[in-house]
Amino acid sequence: MSDVQSGAPAPTQDAEDTVWVQEVSFIDSVPRWIAMSFVFFVFVGTWQMVTYFEMVSPIILPTPWETLLDMIFVGKNLLSGGYMLVSLWITIQEVILGFALAIFIGFSLGILVGETAFGEKAVMPYLVAIDTMPKVAFAPLFVAWLGFGIESKVALAAFIATFPIVVGTAAGLHAADENARMLFKTMGATRMQTLFKMKLPTGLPQIFTGLKIGAVGVMAGAITGEFLGGGKGFGELIRVAASQLNTPRVFSLILYLSLVGLVVYLLVMFAQRKIVFWHEERVGAHD
Amino acid sequence: MNTVAVENSGSPLGEPVYQLSNVSKTYARNLVVALESVDLTLTKGSFTSVIGSSGCGKSTLLKIMAGLIPPSKGRVMLQGEPVKGTRRDIGMMFQQATLFPWKTAVENIVLPIEIRDGKAAATKALDKAHELLEIVGLKGFENVYPNELSGGMAQRASICRMLITEPAVLLLDEPFSALDELSRDMMNMELQRICREQDATAFLVTHSIQEAVILSDEIVVMKPRPGRVAEIVKVDLPRPRTLDMMTTPKFGEIVDYIRGLLDKGEGM
Repeated sequence: MSDVQSGAPAPTQDAEDTVWVQEVSFIDSVPRWIAMSFVFFVFVGTWQMVTYFEMVSPIILPTPWETLLDMIFVGKNLLSGGYMLVSLWITIQEVILGFALAIFIGFSLGILVGETAFGEKAVMPYLVAIDTMPKVAFAPLFVAWLGFGIESKVALAAFIATFPIVVGTAAGLHAADENARMLFKTMGATRMQTLFKMKLPTGLPQIFTGLKIGAVGVMAGAITGEFLGGGKGFGELIRVAASQLNTPRVFSLILYLSLVGLVVYLLVMFAQRKIVFWHEERVGAHD
Repeated sequence: MNTVAVENSGSPLGEPVYQLSNVSKTYARNLVVALESVDLTLTKGSFTSVIGSSGCGKSTLLKIMAGLIPPSKGRVMLQGEPVKGTRRDIGMMFQQATLFPWKTAVENIVLPIEIRDGKAAATKALDKAHELLEIVGLKGFENVYPNELSGGMAQRASICRMLITEPAVLLLDEPFSALDELSRDMMNMELQRICREQDATAFLVTHSIQEAVILSDEIVVMKPRPGRVAEIVKVDLPRPRTLDMMTTPKFGEIVDYIRGLLDKGEGM
């Protein structure tokens, strides 16, 4: 009796493997591009419905079809080197110069504020104060100082993009942990060695976060500058189209402009992948 | 090699390498006595551990020995020279491996040379770094980046970085406490082997009594408020130590004795 009870439950010959199906949520099994297309079609579909039933005046909201036709028109003008390409090139120049200026100033100020006690104590409060101001409001001043050419737009673009880079750089310089600092001290490193061989490389992820936020801001700065300060850039084309109630044109110009912004952002991201290579997961490690 | 092994068995009586006499540290700002008249001598090739509850001043002691902070009183002498700031004959290791992810294992290891003597000297030291990697069992991982190394492997690499400048004394600040217990035991045995091969003088800060006993010739038991040395316990287990020794009655006796000393400190 006791033998039977204490006897180990011997595996019976016909015991089956415990295999069961784990439920996977539907969205996990859908590729990203399908999910994204779904949202796109819902969006465009809603848009089409709203315009088809004239729930909104066609002057305010063009149909998707009109917008597509206008995008083709604008695209042809751009590819054939028309006046729109000239405008776009002006805006691209503003963005490139503004971003370069923002990187230079932002990086220098970031090191001053993040590395020196003087910068942290005496300069940082002013930077915070200026950062809280609505920077767009400075546009008329830049126009008054630098004129209606691209200089005033470059200045506004740089002005907006500088602060995230300052903050990113300063935060990056504080990212190194206590052990790394102690290690460099025990190795007898100079301040410059500690800065360039340890603190800056350690802070690169934060610096790039600042650069990405700056890249978005620089675009906004250039276009705002063109809205408020005239000139011959892409922003001016948008302003003119809007004043003529040519909403399909406004829509298509904005879409092309966002492509430029996307390219700038992707360039920064590409640079980050190359420079901060250790931050991504490396697959196929030990070759 | 044999003679070294014989000399090292039992309590070594080599020449003194690191000497502290009457070392105190008071933090003036809040009048806290972090360390009160510590006397300590590390002899060549010896392994010394310091153990004590938090606030007993062991990290302060380690920082003073590393030349990171000055003592308020007392003499700190390494190889006959007073320690006034960090020195290249001091090697240090922390709880975290602190390898830099933008450098390969071997580049991390020659970093102390790069900092002190420049890039050219660092390139010359690469051969030696390869040898050290082989000693710690990381042959083949020379050009691997740190985020591809496991915690134990990273600590092995940081041992190499500590050894590359051939320091006279190794200061180890709980080097393996972030590892799981199995890797930790293994790394401790590795550490013992490396110290014997290099005839290194080591000073270990630890929270684990077992770890202190299995590795050390002498254990400095410290008490808090004010931080001071309660007793220096000699461990006369034969060398080389093995993990099996942890089950012997003698090992248990020493562990119990030290635990008793620490418990007395708690009541204060």
